Amino acid sequence: MANGVVQAAGLSVPRRRRSGRRLARHKSTIAFLMALPLIALIAALVIYPALYSLHLATLNKSMERFVGLGNFAFLFKRELFWMVIKQTVIFALSAVIFKALIGFVVAHFVHNIPAKGQRKWRGMLLVPWVIPPAMSTLAWFWLFDPSYSAFNWVLTRVGLDAVPWLGEPLWARFSVILVNVWYGAPFFLIMYLAALKSVPEQLYEAAAIDGANWWQKIWYITLPMMRNIIAITVLFSLIVTFANFDIVRILTNGGPIDQTHVFATWAFQLGIEGGDLPLGACVSLFMFPILGVAAYFILRDINRRGTEA
Amino acid sequence: MSASLRKERRAALAWSYVFLVLFAVIFLTPPLYMFITSLKTSAEISSAKLPWWVFHPTLDNYSALLTSPAYLTFFRNSAVVCVAVVAITMAISIPAAFSLSRMRFWGSGALATGVFLTYLIPETLLFIPLFKIFAFVQDWTGIELMNHWWILIVIFPTLTVPFCTWIMIGYFASIPKELDEAALIDGAGYLQVLTRIFLPVALPGVIAATIFAFTVSWADFLYPMAFATSIDQMVLPAGIVSTLIKGDVFNWGQIMTAALLGAAPPLVIYAFLMDYYIAGLTAGATKG
Repeated sequence: MANGVVQAAGLSVPRRRRSGRRLARHKSTIAFLMALPLIALIAALVIYPALYSLHLATLNKSMERFVGLGNFAFLFKRELFWMVIKQTVIFALSAVIFKALIGFVVAHFVHNIPAKGQRKWRGMLLVPWVIPPAMSTLAWFWLFDPSYSAFNWVLTRVGLDAVPWLGEPLWARFSVILVNVWYGAPFFLIMYLAALKSVPEQLYEAAAIDGANWWQKIWYITLPMMRNIIAITVLFSLIVTFANFDIVRILTNGGPIDQTHVFATWAFQLGIEGGDLPLGACVSLFMFPILGVAAYFILRDINRRGTEA
Repeated sequence: MSASLRKERRAALAWSYVFLVLFAVIFLTPPLYMFITSLKTSAEISSAKLPWWVFHPTLDNYSALLTSPAYLTFFRNSAVVCVAVVAITMAISIPAAFSLSRMRFWGSGALATGVFLTYLIPETLLFIPLFKIFAFVQDWTGIELMNHWWILIVIFPTLTVPFCTWIMIGYFASIPKELDEAALIDGAGYLQVLTRIFLPVALPGVIAATIFAFTVSWADFLYPMAFATSIDQMVLPAGIVSTLIKGDVFNWGQIMTAALLGAAPPLVIYAFLMDYYIAGLTAGATKG
């Protein structure tokens, strides 16, 4: 519909030779109309629900009565709530750190080999990121199976004990992080590889002439040159990992004894399966602090670029 | 180059290959194991002789799934949803990106930033309020939104549109201004400028955005789990997870086959359009 308007109006502009000011106003109207579907979508299905969840969080379970911060008070008294906060933070931070480190290291290996072989390796190494996580997590679930685990088969052959991958809280926490790192490290790898390509080779040559060793080259050239990409990738990944649902839901569904729940899976269990939407909304609202931090850094970055330009 | 330096280089190269092989093995083990298991009969799986090898390969799992009405329904739902979401995403993102990168209006700068920020709002925050909002809509209008596969066509664009708009703003901004100014002076309308100049020049960006929109809506798991829950309304990931895993029945061969077939469309797109796929992945951060 908007396109029809644009077409009719757009074609008529040069023919009628409007005055400059009217033309400008006309142009901005068309521009606004072209962006209108985007604005409507974001307003109706992102901004409105996000604000509505603030209101929803202050209602009682049947959503008939305003209870203020009652839901939060209830959550704060539950030990499980603090456990979920702790687990989400541990899960997200350790997963992101390992994804970033592994991505960085592997990106260097790919960057080291001759350029014509790089495409092939890059193609293979990105596969975990391409498979929908719900599907690949099923493969991990099967690899972790208590009685038929293919990993345990290998471990027992080399004389080690079988590992209760998903059966014991500590191992289950390790396993969900492991799968998340496996899924997310290729993303870091690709981003870092793109960044490595943009570092001018002359810098390394100059450093080599000055007698810098590999560690100094990384510390004084690579890392500073890649700072922006590292920052934005870590930020993205932090948000996505804090919000993770599929991996934990499929592998453990929060168990054993709720020890691996993160915000998303617990909110799903309370809100959708347990029928207490306000309480679920409360839990997912705890995503806001991390989002706020991210928004702050991104806005600062955009402003800084704006003033530089 | 001195001899010792060359030797050092060669050692570094050798070590790089050693570690690349190691990481490739780790990264590819789960999909390979999916494939191995998908070729086994239940009897061979439960005998647990050597899980990493297939002694009696069979395609029974594949034929069983490809003739199973439930699985084909999941697949069809997924395909229809994804194609529709891609179409809607492009219909919204392309004009919006054109408008935000070239035409400008009051508040357009702030909107461009806002688009990027909405991309960061995760579905984890939105699924519960959306659940309640859909119930509202049903009370008011009588339209039942919940538990229909097509509801995903309505909500998936929230996952795809912000990012696609963002990367296309980047691509459009890289087109020289003189090109469209010349066309405008020659009497072309904005729509002509968009379709005749911008789309052909920014085609790689449009393809990258299309791939992104398709793979994201194909893979999403949380919204389908919350909003399309009866068996004939499910899409692939949610369908496989909630119908095939039955605990007592030993059908891991079939589960792995289902997961592998479900992962096939994104993998095939990736195999053929790898460069576009990677361009879309890295564009968000490097163009920002």
